[in-house]
Amino acid sequence: MRRWLLPALLLATLVGAWQLAASTGVLADALGLEPFLVPSPAEIAEALWQSRALIAENAWVTLREILLGLTIALAAGIAIGLAMHLSELARDTLSPLIVASQAVPIIVIAPILVIWFGYGIWPKAAVVALVCFFPVALGVAAGLRSADPAATKMMRTLDASRAQILWRVETPWALPNFFTGAKVAVVIAPIGAVFGEWVGANQGLGRAIIYDNAQLQTANLFGDVVVLAAMALSLYGLLALAERRVVTWR
Amino acid sequence: MPVKAKGFGAATALPASARRAGVGISVRALGHSYGDLRALDLLDLEAPAHSVLGLVGPSGCGKSTLLELIAGLRDPTRGEVALGEAASAPARLDRCAFMPQRDLLLPWLSAIDNAALALRNRGMRRGAARRQAGELFERFGLAGFERARPAELSGGMRQRIAFLRTLVAGKPVLALDEPFASLDAITRAEMQAWLAAALDADPRTVVLVTHDVEEALYLCDRVAVLSSRPGRVVEELSAPLPRAADRDEAVTDPEFVAVRERALHALREGRR
Repeated sequence: MRRWLLPALLLATLVGAWQLAASTGVLADALGLEPFLVPSPAEIAEALWQSRALIAENAWVTLREILLGLTIALAAGIAIGLAMHLSELARDTLSPLIVASQAVPIIVIAPILVIWFGYGIWPKAAVVALVCFFPVALGVAAGLRSADPAATKMMRTLDASRAQILWRVETPWALPNFFTGAKVAVVIAPIGAVFGEWVGANQGLGRAIIYDNAQLQTANLFGDVVVLAAMALSLYGLLALAERRVVTWR
Repeated sequence: MPVKAKGFGAATALPASARRAGVGISVRALGHSYGDLRALDLLDLEAPAHSVLGLVGPSGCGKSTLLELIAGLRDPTRGEVALGEAASAPARLDRCAFMPQRDLLLPWLSAIDNAALALRNRGMRRGAARRQAGELFERFGLAGFERARPAELSGGMRQRIAFLRTLVAGKPVLALDEPFASLDAITRAEMQAWLAAALDADPRTVVLVTHDVEEALYLCDRVAVLSSRPGRVVEELSAPLPRAADRDEAVTDPEFVAVRERALHALREGRR
């Protein structure tokens, strides 16, 4: 109850204050702007409702990019984390490259991806995958490493093979860390998708944000952002739910 | 095991694998170093089949290293350990099950699945493994706890399950690393009597590492007192026999107390 009530109360207070400041024109005055540039929450809600069909269409495009990118990121992250755990060679070879891949600004990579993969879903999914595999790989590797060595020894004297130790001890041990990494991934995934769309797209929420910004449609712009945030929040919630179903021993 | 406590019934209900003839442990001129750090000095120890050998010593004297060497988890840098004929590490690993310091029950498995781990590792199907481990639950007074998750169990119960897990492996040698160190005094005394009775019903060759001299003398046929690092045997003792059936009576027997004092003296000597 408390977990929902407190954030909801804080959000309501903030939205209420914003509504008051925007509708009375105080906020626009303070910023030295025309009032139409500083929409109130009610105006944003109205804009959302007015262009609901368009926003839903754009949201669906972005959501598909996010889901495809996350799928690739999860598969790659698990594979890389596993490889780094099982082989010292893989660990020494991969870790500097993986860290380097995160240091390169995505805004530099994204245009190249568009050139390579065109205007469709793939360059966006690639950007999402690129920013999201890292926390997953890190979580998997750290989680597998966190298994108690004494438990591994015990399993060896109970005739466990390396694969059985991995499956029966290390994998369950790694799950909480994996979920932590995956939660970080789903939260940054929409950012990746928006970046991908900014470089080149005909549709999607990122593309809509650019368009609304250029048209000074600030109410619509905020509407896009609200939908994007709701998407990240829902994905996070789904993952938290999955974690509670899977990790029942904590 | 000469100790008679509450019996667990005849050993006839044992799985076939556990009815193997016992094997003895022999440790000859054993030494182990980690790089420049000498953990164990020249050690010679013998434990006949189905006997219980106790290892006591100050913290960091290499007791756990010795246990890992016996269990085949590592190879010694010097000398030899053999379980019966088996002298190589993989062959020892095949004959010895290891119970770590903390119970290390896997929290995502039920009590019975934890106990059945060795059977599952050997490829037995879950149902069959549960049935086989379940017989031991019955025999050792744990019936009704099969489906409990480790987090729902008391410390004593967890140690019982951890011991069953070691027993179910059906290996002739058991290596127990301070199995009761984390328990309170009353539970520990209960567990000692339980273990004595369990080994009576299902005899194995056991190496028991402990900090507790009284526990060692109560449970073991022979007790080796080790010095501080690098560990060597300062003295070998055995408790006066026959022991009283009741644990409290056994440990307050004047002869028992005298041997305990000698062991404590040897411990102090070995620390210098």
